[in-house]
Amino acid sequence: MAAKTLKIDGRQVSAAEDTTVLDAAAEAGIRIPTLCHLEGVYDAGACRLCLVEVAGTAKLLPACTTLVAEGMEVVTQSDRLRRYRRMTLELLLAERNHVCAVCVANGHCELQSLASEHGIDHVRYDYRFPRWGVDATHPRFGLDHNRCILCTRCVRVCWHIEGAGTKNVAGRGAKSFIIDDLNQPWGDSESCTSCGKCVLACPTGALFDRGSTVGEMERDRTKLEFIVNAREKKQWIVSE
Amino acid sequence: MTAHASGDKRFKILEAHIKKFQARQDALIEVLHKAQELFGYLEDDLLLFVAHRLKLPPSRVYGVATFYHFFCLKPQGAHTCVVCLGTACYVKGSAKVLAAAEAAAGIKSGETTPDSQLSLLTARCIGACAIAPAVVYDGQVAAKQTPEMVLAQLEKWREPCKATT
Ligand code: SF4
Ligand code: SF4
Ligand code: FES
Ligand code: FES
Repeated sequence: MAAKTLKIDGRQVSAAEDTTVLDAAAEAGIRIPTLCHLEGVYDAGACRLCLVEVAGTAKLLPACTTLVAEGMEVVTQSDRLRRYRRMTLELLLAERNHVCAVCVANGHCELQSLASEHGIDHVRYDYRFPRWGVDATHPRFGLDHNRCILCTRCVRVCWHIEGAGTKNVAGRGAKSFIIDDLNQPWGDSESCTSCGKCVLACPTGALFDRGSTVGEMERDRTKLEFIVNAREKKQWIVSE
Repeated sequence: MTAHASGDKRFKILEAHIKKFQARQDALIEVLHKAQELFGYLEDDLLLFVAHRLKLPPSRVYGVATFYHFFCLKPQGAHTCVVCLGTACYVKGSAKVLAAAEAAAGIKSGETTPDSQLSLLTARCIGACAIAPAVVYDGQVAAKQTPEMVLAQLEKWREPCKATT
């Protein structure tokens, strides 16, 4: 496979042609913030946190769905990008009801850690305070729509890794929400195998193990990575 | 299983349409269009039927059906009245039937009355041309409908509410 050479943050990088900018950067030790990206699962470009600047294009491009190209010049850190990322995170926080103090994922939430990493101590937008419910019908897991950021990680692991296709997104825009089968109670779902991959994949406290209380929802993501590697790459490796 | 357990002819027409697309998964939107054209709206039953025929997860079918404004899932009303405007029914005067229903209910087709009692919908040939003009009341196909008949049915639905208020 043809290799491409490009520059990321001034550094010379070479990567196979079907590599995403995100992976090429990671390979070079450059970390780009992400939320909807999940290693080994196809990318959706849903969160827009990984936006980078590419010389020659005025638009910002999502690193997770942009492939490397010969001579490409990528910038992953700039004032403009930091502004946008901060804005994206604030909008995510304002969209639903993220009350970290009472959240099962407090201290282990990717949204929370990205927010603190970006110095967000307050949100400049009006909170929308939508009324979303909690699905507590599954015997082992729960889904609190109030904390969902619609990253669709759960949808993608359920579809592509587990193969059950239980979860999907219904509706559009601010009214979209995660459903099980035909928008029925999760506990009534015929397709769900109760594998728990969606719970492992969720970056926030939206999906949780039942019975967990504040701050208890710490996920062992290596379990998910193990399965993903095995199914996608036929490699049974435990990452150190 | 052939067509649908209910024996409703509309499922057979939908089935034929799905075959035309070789039951391709990427024909989902076209199939949903046809389904709505036939039934007026997309009930859970119908979505499941489509999911099974296209071998797709129900969640995907539901996701697509709710993404596009064009599709109407369960109508809001307690009762549904679907008037067929297909050629045969139209020729036999279904437009007058629809007009009578719209006037009586005070809503246009595609709408639901403010008290959520009735949703009025239209369909395009439901496969009952022999008994045109056909109207589907709460899922039951009724033959040779006249404006008087549709008004009588709407009146009948209204009665129990009158009794309670
Ligand atoms: S538990 Fe497994 S099968 Fe069930 S919704 Fe989650 S990922 Fe899908
Ligand atoms: S439930 Fe979790 S994983 Fe699924 S879309 Fe919402 S935030 Fe993402
Ligand atoms: S990680 Fe690239 S858009 Fe979310
Ligand atoms: S036109 Fe109405 S049933 Fe065929």
